[in-house]
Amino acid sequence: MAILIGNDTRLLVQGLTGREGSFHGLRNKKYGTNLVAGVTPGKGGSDVEGVPIFDTVREATTATGANTSMVFVPPPVAADAILESHDAGIEVIIAITEGIPAMDMARTVTHLRRGQRAAALIGPNCPGVISPGKANVGIIPGEVCTEGPVGLVSRSGTLTYQIVYELTQEGIGQSTCVGVGGDPIPGSDFIDVLERFEKDDLTKLVVLVGEIGGDAEERAAAWVKENMRTPVVAYIAGFTAPPGKRMGHAGAIVSGSQGTAAAKKEALEAAGIRVASNPTEVSAIVKELL
Amino acid sequence: MDLFEYQGKELLRKYGVPVPEGRVASTPEEAVAAARKLGGRVVVKAQVLIGGRGKAGGIKVARSPEEASEVTDQILGMDIRGHTVKRVLVERAGDITDEYYCSFLVDRSERQFLGIMSAEGGVDIEEVAANDPEKITRVHIDPLLGISQFHARELVFGADIDRDARKEAIAILPKLYDAFVSLDASLVEVNPLVLTGEGRVMALDAKVSVDDSAGYRHPIFDELKTVHEVPEQERLAKEKGLTFIKLDGDVGIIGNGAGLVMSTLDVVKAAGGDPANFLDVGGGAGADVLSSALEVITSNSEVNSVLINIFGGITRGDLVAEGIIDALGRLEIKVPIVVRLDGTNAEQGRKMLADAPHEMLVTAATMLEGAEKAVELAGKGGE
Repeated sequence: MAILIGNDTRLLVQGLTGREGSFHGLRNKKYGTNLVAGVTPGKGGSDVEGVPIFDTVREATTATGANTSMVFVPPPVAADAILESHDAGIEVIIAITEGIPAMDMARTVTHLRRGQRAAALIGPNCPGVISPGKANVGIIPGEVCTEGPVGLVSRSGTLTYQIVYELTQEGIGQSTCVGVGGDPIPGSDFIDVLERFEKDDLTKLVVLVGEIGGDAEERAAAWVKENMRTPVVAYIAGFTAPPGKRMGHAGAIVSGSQGTAAAKKEALEAAGIRVASNPTEVSAIVKELL
Repeated sequence: MDLFEYQGKELLRKYGVPVPEGRVASTPEEAVAAARKLGGRVVVKAQVLIGGRGKAGGIKVARSPEEASEVTDQILGMDIRGHTVKRVLVERAGDITDEYYCSFLVDRSERQFLGIMSAEGGVDIEEVAANDPEKITRVHIDPLLGISQFHARELVFGADIDRDARKEAIAILPKLYDAFVSLDASLVEVNPLVLTGEGRVMALDAKVSVDDSAGYRHPIFDELKTVHEVPEQERLAKEKGLTFIKLDGDVGIIGNGAGLVMSTLDVVKAAGGDPANFLDVGGGAGADVLSSALEVITSNSEVNSVLINIFGGITRGDLVAEGIIDALGRLEIKVPIVVRLDGTNAEQGRKMLADAPHEMLVTAATMLEGAEKAVELAGKGGE
């Protein structure tokens, strides 16, 4: 089945007429993703290599039945773009844009998680989602992926490519790879994605790729222990990273964690999750467990 | 971006949060003028972006303008945990009856805003959290609803703030919250919030951290930034669009994407080496960026080898190779450069490097092999 995106995905790209938006949108189309529309206010009626452009998301969904949106618009208007997609009934919103103010995301995510129709938001500041062989929405290079039983969720971009590449080299395919992004307020965190993987019949094992900062990995560890039957393998980057120029102490008081790689590794291992010491070891452990 | 205390206080004042009257000074003469203007006893406080100023001798009381000059002279130039004092804040001194802690911040885990208050102020709040967690009150605030009076009451009564300070504290908290939201801050921390001898409540210190991503709607951020000094190498890197942090080792690191670069540091360390830096060229870096990155790294004389670890997504391997070849031709590079290249157009890039042999250029097939080679070569160079 895969999660979030697949054969049923009907993609619209907000910002398809932009340089980055058209490059990646068309690249996703070439991969086999069903790209049905683009939205750029004021450019409705035109097209990008045959893909129709609409002025509003609502017009686009009405005309094309789009159910997934990729957000590729500049940071000052990105939160608005996410809200527009949600309001028009889009089910999965994947926001690639980097540099959206945290205040905007706090309000947007609060709104999206409330009410009857909760859309799944992945990102912002993320590489996107790929279900190999089915659909690719974002900037993950499709050629490093291959279809198979491993789900992957990560806060990082290129590190994800590295690990997926190593899995593929070992002949281990992926069900879906999800980059949740590195922003302070992500639309989805590890737990949101793990929950979907746990319910997915294609996914037999999940790789979780974390990094220093925050307590998302610690929370994921506790959740996995309580709720997951699918085995999880983890990798954490940042053991030798310099301590950030943190100011004030409120951050640590909130989470009760220092956010260090060592603390995360300990929490994951305490939940029975094996933690690889480098990206190459991830595929070795996965191979052993599958 | 973290703001200096005096910057934070100036901003808080604009939102109606009471702060002591004060002036910033960067010479003893300016401190004298400030002390005269303020009159009476003053406190001279080192302006550095690090805690523990008091313990380090960076905060001193002066009873006269002459004394203000003396203590300013002592504090300016002082090194506080690696931060050199360039400015002091001269403030009117007052009697303090009690000290509290309060802050507003973005709670990443709950994806909400969080208010924190404690009657144990003026001390290391992390220690209070560890030893007496019940002395800290936390109240979540819905970002769409904003602060309501009851949130302020919950914080103040919950933290058992002194009866004499309650009314003013309850009035100040919404102003502090207003500043937090309006300034696009990720943290507004007041430690201590004090009750004065006259029964007033005011912010005696301020730690404000603002969200750089919101800079486009806050022209003042650029102005606040002008007094922030970054090390020369980091400044050079930033100008060229690179994220650079200096470390103490001798293996220079260049990579794309924060996660991959952090992972590269880890594998270099595991291979027995010590990274000289963290350098992320970002996504979609072109040849010029790679060339600049090599320039920045090799400008550090402690570097004995460099590891370039690139996994191309939107970054193209051919452009990476072009940048490396350009740097090798343009700069006098005396240390070995180990290159590991995968992802988009990597094959093309590897071929370009093979066609342009250079005595300092070494290639590696995998990330781990690259780390091992770079560490080994750094060891030889260090002998």
